[in-house]
Amino acid sequence: MADVGGRRSRAEVTARGTSAPGDAAWVKSERQLDREHRRRRAGVRSASLATASTVLFAVVVVAVVVSSPGWPRVHETFFAWDEFADAFPDVLRGFWLNVRIFLIAEPVILAVGLLVALARGLRSPLFFPLRALAVAYTDVFRGIPTILLVYLVGFGLPALRLQGLPDDPAVLGGFALVLSYGAYVAEVFRAGIDSVHPSQRAAARSLGLSRTQSLRFVVLPQAVRRVVPPLLNDFASLQKDTALVAVLGPLEALRQAQIHSADTFNYTPFLASAVLFIALTVPMARFTDHLAARAERRRAPGGGT
Amino acid sequence: MHRRPLAAVLTGLAALTLAVTACAPQEDDTATASKSPASCTKDKLPLKTPGKLTVATDKPAFEPWFKDDDPKNGQGFESAVAYAVAGKLGFTKDEVAWTVESFESSYAPGTKKFDFDINQVSVTPAREKAVTFSSGYYDVQQGVVALKGTKFAGASSIAELKGAKIAVQVGTTSYQAVKNQLKPDIEPKVFNNQIDAVNALKNKQADVLLVDLPTAFYVTAAQVEDSKIVGQLPQTQGGETEHFGLLLEKGSPLVGCLDKALGELKSSGELAKIEERWLTSAAGAPVLK
Repeated sequence: MADVGGRRSRAEVTARGTSAPGDAAWVKSERQLDREHRRRRAGVRSASLATASTVLFAVVVVAVVVSSPGWPRVHETFFAWDEFADAFPDVLRGFWLNVRIFLIAEPVILAVGLLVALARGLRSPLFFPLRALAVAYTDVFRGIPTILLVYLVGFGLPALRLQGLPDDPAVLGGFALVLSYGAYVAEVFRAGIDSVHPSQRAAARSLGLSRTQSLRFVVLPQAVRRVVPPLLNDFASLQKDTALVAVLGPLEALRQAQIHSADTFNYTPFLASAVLFIALTVPMARFTDHLAARAERRRAPGGGT
Repeated sequence: MHRRPLAAVLTGLAALTLAVTACAPQEDDTATASKSPASCTKDKLPLKTPGKLTVATDKPAFEPWFKDDDPKNGQGFESAVAYAVAGKLGFTKDEVAWTVESFESSYAPGTKKFDFDINQVSVTPAREKAVTFSSGYYDVQQGVVALKGTKFAGASSIAELKGAKIAVQVGTTSYQAVKNQLKPDIEPKVFNNQIDAVNALKNKQADVLLVDLPTAFYVTAAQVEDSKIVGQLPQTQGGETEHFGLLLEKGSPLVGCLDKALGELKSSGELAKIEERWLTSAAGAPVLK
């Protein structure tokens, strides 16, 4: 959109240049009208070509799939409507657990990530142990495959048989996800903080702000704004990884689908669960795009708000 | 300038055509011609690899169905059954090839890489829509396991298990039994495999474990210290027994010969002998009412 706007204004400038200065009513020149006409036609042409080729592509792909010899079996085992309808209520009930794990884990991950990133940025030698701990945390927990971590936390912690430790699999699984994603998000935050130019900090300090104040009021706001798209990217990933909690026993979406599938030897329930996950991640992806576009507009010359 | 988008589209279409021809359909695998081959002699059988009987099971292969996670050793109930069936069809021990097939891929549509799969799969009408089963080689009962001295260890009826946290393995008929017979107040915990479910019992994340009876005996004897079999669940569905069957590709003509072999093993008493040797007698477990 912004691109088109830019081109139009340039065209107007050219048009103004060709007409004589001081004219009472400005009209577009013949040449400009012709140019605009041609541009519009080219636009319509490329749009219709894009549509036609997309439709053709879809038709060919569908035709190839449907005409393949195994299609009736695939249709029966992956796209059975009655299986879908049968499994969907259970899968949806399970999916609610995924959503809850996600909604609770997300703010905790943000807090953990930010704290770890800040700990890594501490300069005083006094804080060396804290800094070392933060480095070790990100190294270790980014290195362990998430599913392994879910296993280790989910079966390891209760095996300690300590009093007061939660034994709910969803809580333990959520804790494992926080540990894993906290490490990723910490690195994202650190990148954001590092991306703020040192002159910003210097300027804040010269205005009389303390180290903490300049971090709080100058560096962090800019850093956080810059890392919103990668953060949302991590959260889309987190949404899907809530399915990993299934290995600890709770009946979440993937598990419910698995149960129905094993029951009838039909894979359609997995499709039902996939549909739900997509329904959650696609709006998130569009939201990320929207935020990125807004940030781009703000950074563009003259784009104040 | 004008031609360029058109040219691009043409190139794209050409690429698409190439891609489509690249994935030309595989040869048709509809082997539904006859239910059973004319004769069940070794050289007439429709096998995946001629001269070899390819048998599949999951990995790890659990006791007491297999021993030491090695189906090839002929030890454990299902390994022994597979070799007995192979013997009836005229295969020697080294003509039996084992492959690994996870439970979930065993019922995937399309050509299978095994002649039959033996993996404690219960036969149900819904499942028979997707695969072909042989006749049963083992009648299953569900057993309830708990740690000694815990709240539910002394239960003598199904009603007493209402408040228990139950652990089961996903995709098993044990889960069906939880849903249809036990109907607990608390949602059961459903695990990927038997080991995870057993661990949940060990860690006291679950009060009781529901598995088939032979596995229950194995769990209490070898896997979990201080555990006991609380009892077994009564047979349901009007006395119709749940049984394990050999799993075959849908419409596989081999099934007739397998049924014949199993029938002979049953009538000669050989199957009962194998069962006696590898599966501890279920006589000791009281039936829960």
